[in-house]
Amino acid sequence: MNIMAFFGRRDDSASVAKNRLKILLEHERGGNSSSDAKLISSLREDILAVVARHINIDPDAVQLEMDRTGDTTTLGIDIELPDTDIRKSA
Amino acid sequence: MSNATVIVVTSGKGGVGKTTSTAAIASALAKQGYKVCAVDFDVGLRNLDLIMGAERRVVFDLVNVVRGEASIKQALVRDKKLDNLYLLPASQTRDKDALTDEGVASVINELRMYFDWIVCDSPAGIERGATLAMRYADEAIIVSNPEVSSVRDCDRIIGLLDSKTVVAEDGGRMPKHLLITRYDVERAKLGDMLAVDDVVDILSVPLIGVVPESRDVLKASNVGLPVTVSDEASPASKAYTEATQRLLGEDIPVTIPSEKKGLLGKLFKGRAA
Repeated sequence: MNIMAFFGRRDDSASVAKNRLKILLEHERGGNSSSDAKLISSLREDILAVVARHINIDPDAVQLEMDRTGDTTTLGIDIELPDTDIRKSA
Repeated sequence: MSNATVIVVTSGKGGVGKTTSTAAIASALAKQGYKVCAVDFDVGLRNLDLIMGAERRVVFDLVNVVRGEASIKQALVRDKKLDNLYLLPASQTRDKDALTDEGVASVINELRMYFDWIVCDSPAGIERGATLAMRYADEAIIVSNPEVSSVRDCDRIIGLLDSKTVVAEDGGRMPKHLLITRYDVERAKLGDMLAVDDVVDILSVPLIGVVPESRDVLKASNVGLPVTVSDEASPASKAYTEATQRLLGEDIPVTIPSEKKGLLGKLFKGRAA
């Protein structure tokens, strides 16, 4: 019964191998990370410029993080705003 | 200008079948009537001469040619069976810097004038010998076993092909072909071995062939004949011949030729892990 179960579901050693490789190679592929770094840097500059038009912020307060997991890539944007006097006078 | 195509057979990891594949594909191309030169880039550990049965006829080698100590024509060894197949052997020198970029460029350029196909057998690793073997290639055959360390190393090699070659530096993209060797259909079916689709999926390189694990490969190397010459009926030979047809642009589906051995034969077949 166990043996038959192995045929249908892929919880065998080859599947483990495939998953390990996919995770490992995502980290090792240098090409992606260097082009990602460029993209993040230019996005960060643009976002900072837009936000700074409306709010007084510290340039270091804008943080971007890109995360690639499987087929999905997410971009996290974290902007720390000052407590008071955030609005620029129009 | 010539119409020659320079192919590098590469893998990163050692022992996956680069030299066997170089000899088999070079011979299969020659059998189709093309003028073919197999070049051994494994300076210090040459073996293509032995696999092709030419070891006793090596006089000069690649390093002699690069250093200007011999002409290419003096160094080329004609195959004992196929008149239009030649070998340019590697040297046995231990000097790691024996090959220079300019020297290799000039050798490859001259070979392009004499041959239709130049098949470069890369050494293992990612150092000078391997990067020079791929540097002037027009296309790459990436050899992988269905095994994690081999697949990982192929991924590194793909990165180098896309950055350290003349094609890449000129803004082009090196055409790549994936050749999976030492494949065992039964073990893949049982989930004991990465399947062809898994390896293709991970590496994202189009498949050119699947060479089954076969006793005929060792038998061919014992007698110094490429497997495509020694035993045309062998599954490995058929797989290499099909891969060569695809290399020539024929649109044929990839099959996995199988051994005609029974279950008992398989049970008693010793395999390296």
